[in-house]
Amino acid sequence: MNWITRLIEHPQAILRKDSATPEGLWVKCKGCSETLYKKEIMRSAMVCPRCAHHFRISVEERVALLCDSGEYQAHDQGLQSKDPLGFKDKKKYRDRLKEATKKAGNQDALCSYMGKIKGQEVSISIFNFAFMGGSMGSVVGEKIARGMERALEKKCPYLLVTASGGARMQEGVLSLMQMAKTSAIAAKLQEAKLPFVCVLTDPTMGGVSASVAWLGDIIIAEPEALIGFAGPRVIEETVREKLPEGFQRSEFLLEKGLIDDVVDRREVRDYLALIFSQLTQRPYAH
Amino acid sequence: MIPHSYLEFERPIAELTVKIEELSSMGRAADVNIAEEVQKLSQKRDKLLHQIYEKVSPWQICQLSRHPERPYFFDYVEHLFDDFQELHGDRAFADDQAIVGGLARFHGRSVMLVGQQKGRDTKEKLKRNFGMARPEGYRKALRLFKLAERFDIPVLTFIDTAGAWPGIDAEERGQSEAIATNLLELSRLRVPIICTVIGEGGSGGALAIGVGDRLLMQQYTSYSVISPEGCAAILWRDRAFAEQAAQTLKLTAKDLLELKLIDEIIPEPLGGAHRYPKEAAAILDKRLQDNLNHLMILPEDKLLEQRQQNLRQLGIFQS
Ligand SMILES: [Zn+2]
Repeated sequence: MNWITRLIEHPQAILRKDSATPEGLWVKCKGCSETLYKKEIMRSAMVCPRCAHHFRISVEERVALLCDSGEYQAHDQGLQSKDPLGFKDKKKYRDRLKEATKKAGNQDALCSYMGKIKGQEVSISIFNFAFMGGSMGSVVGEKIARGMERALEKKCPYLLVTASGGARMQEGVLSLMQMAKTSAIAAKLQEAKLPFVCVLTDPTMGGVSASVAWLGDIIIAEPEALIGFAGPRVIEETVREKLPEGFQRSEFLLEKGLIDDVVDRREVRDYLALIFSQLTQRPYAH
Repeated sequence: MIPHSYLEFERPIAELTVKIEELSSMGRAADVNIAEEVQKLSQKRDKLLHQIYEKVSPWQICQLSRHPERPYFFDYVEHLFDDFQELHGDRAFADDQAIVGGLARFHGRSVMLVGQQKGRDTKEKLKRNFGMARPEGYRKALRLFKLAERFDIPVLTFIDTAGAWPGIDAEERGQSEAIATNLLELSRLRVPIICTVIGEGGSGGALAIGVGDRLLMQQYTSYSVISPEGCAAILWRDRAFAEQAAQTLKLTAKDLLELKLIDEIIPEPLGGAHRYPKEAAAILDKRLQDNLNHLMILPEDKLLEQRQQNLRQLGIFQS
């Protein structure tokens, strides 16, 4: 889990250097090095129109992209992290939380919605990587639990969009246990025969990868997203081998038989609508 | 039993022990003075042992939890169970030796045992990958959990791992998927499950056999979301701060009981399980028996309801 949290501290140092929505009018694409007009990328779901490089997008952009126009409401907005361990390294966890809130909003690392995707009601949870690297502590675990329970209550599908470095170290075993908690409720979705779809985005690692992210009935990933249990650096240090080309990227996972498909962000909404209509045996609204 | 390797903080005990041994070997000729001296020193050593162990720090507990002479899963199998029959493999890829499982009898009752095994000597350590399992290990565990469920046999798991194996092969075969699936299936397995941390409880790799009706920890074991060294390397950028990390991570049995994350601390003999493995096993035996007896009388639905309620309530936050 080392790498993951290193990433929380210094996302730019480790990840592809597009970790935030680019500022300014012009943006250089990390995929094809073209200088692009920002509005042009925004029109194409923050995907480079030339080389299909996927820029990171905010939760707000994501939910707007997925749902029918204006058809979504936020839920569970009041939940706030506490500091149950009194955790302190060079900085106090409490201070880190304050900073994260200033930087990435007061929703902790996950936002929940009830929304409509081509008319289909869906309970949706989206990780916010900008908030402490999307790390899962008690609040994230509880929000996922409640999101799943809303699906159970409304008898509708549950959609989880992941982007996380893993469990939140600052909550110790409490955050580890969120893996067990969320997995237990995922079992209830299975028993209720409600579709649970995971969309894995860059990056999805550690404790999030090794729990809810891999429990979807259908699991898809955005192109070239980094997805795995252990971070590449930890693996490299452990096995003292050079990692194979494309290791832990979406296409690699597809080849290894670990996910259902790699889907371009611009097609995710259609993909979801079709899958939901298939699994719930309803006609597909084109 | 006297352990061969002493931890740094045990040095005064080691020194006294050496002195006692020297004197004892000199006093073969029933020298009264020497016998008296040995007795005095032994008392002093016991007192010292008590003093040192009474206030072991979280970091010292981490070291104890990884003590090379600490009883491993197989030692408890030998001391606590009869008729152990190891069952191998995940029926798909391999037999991961880092996780061992099989049927056994516990005071006459059939039980399914699953535990991580670290290995004593270099050869066994390599064979068992230092107790760090690959996906096929977790899938073997799952196969055995399901087998137990089919035959109404309770499950006892024994956690002792630094973590799931962070290797290329493990990623290629779906380490995340294997762990996640175990978490889900254990939450709804229709037989009693008791999980005991007998050494190191290393993150997701421990949790993958750690979801059940009871979570017990022996007194000098640890359970953490990340190793103190790993935590220190990230947050302090220096592994030398592992001691501070161990302190703030709240990874001891006492801390975790206070946080209501475990059900019970299983006491160890004074000086630790590595010093008195038989005595440690006897205490564990009794606690497992009590807990299992309690769970066996619960109707299946009640058992599952309780387990799922406990899982649902995990977490501390402000609403
Ligand atoms: Zn491009």
